[in-house]
Amino acid sequence: MDVLDRKIINLLQAGFPLSEEPYLEVARQLGIEERELLERLSNLLDENTLSRFGPMYDAQKLGGAFSLVAVRVPEDDFDKVTEIVNSYPEVAHNYKRDHDYNMWYVLATDSPEKIAEVNSDIEKKIGMKVFNMPKLEEYYIGLRLPV
Amino acid sequence: MKDALVQQEQVEMEQVALLDDVDRKIIDLTQSGLPLVSRPYENIAQRLGINSSDVISRMKAMKENGIIRRIAAVPNHYALGYKANGMTVWDVPDERISELGKKVGELDFVSHCYHRPRFLPEWPYNLFAMVHAHDHDEARKLMATIGELLGENDRGHDILFSTKILKKTGLRFNL
Repeated sequence: MDVLDRKIINLLQAGFPLSEEPYLEVARQLGIEERELLERLSNLLDENTLSRFGPMYDAQKLGGAFSLVAVRVPEDDFDKVTEIVNSYPEVAHNYKRDHDYNMWYVLATDSPEKIAEVNSDIEKKIGMKVFNMPKLEEYYIGLRLPV
Repeated sequence: MKDALVQQEQVEMEQVALLDDVDRKIIDLTQSGLPLVSRPYENIAQRLGINSSDVISRMKAMKENGIIRRIAAVPNHYALGYKANGMTVWDVPDERISELGKKVGELDFVSHCYHRPRFLPEWPYNLFAMVHAHDHDEARKLMATIGELLGENDRGHDILFSTKILKKTGLRFNL
């Protein structure tokens, strides 16, 4: 990754135009050819320096329901509980964190009722209380990393 | 607060209802990324048999009503050396959380910032802010910066570092 790649990443993190020739507009801002911008962008995506490029949709506004759920899992049971929790297709992400609350999973379902159903099912299977922490209000989502 | 939530939900449901089949197809064709061609919106338009100006105006409308958060590049923070992913959690007064949450969300190093429910007495934290740093020390410094911003409203905080990704699937919307 060179200086130009960094400039491209920083500029495109801020946004991208909705116009007929948006890459040309961005390339002009960077003082490069459109073709070079497209090549570099393609490489940055291929090598996974960028994980995505495009519109970020608000899944909740598209009708989905989401929640972050925490569990305090005794270390000895961790693998077993992980296997049960991960087996649910509604569990989109699951992270181990270094805390008393050491398992944090994200549920993605097509309705809010389904969140409660899946959580109560998981509680029964693992025999532990799960702490359902859906967002009540969102203040920011996005990533702006200076590179 | 409950009324506000119900109201927000109704607004969101109305927005979903505003989407027609063409919008849904545009979402489907762009949710994994924009085409890397000179005229990306025309490329999408051709696949749908409509004009590029139609795609652009529909996407502009979706941006205005928040269905599209933004159109941008998302860096892979691990690949860029941001390996310490810390979930900072804060106990702040409920009556001031909206104002405080917005301020914290404006910090460049905060990628997600939410109000979430407490579970008293064991979980007192109601404000969550995800920070990305190169290492744990840097993440703790960022947490201290948030603490300074919150001032006396910081009634307790903690940071939870991720130690293992147990599951990660890409979210795709079935429309």
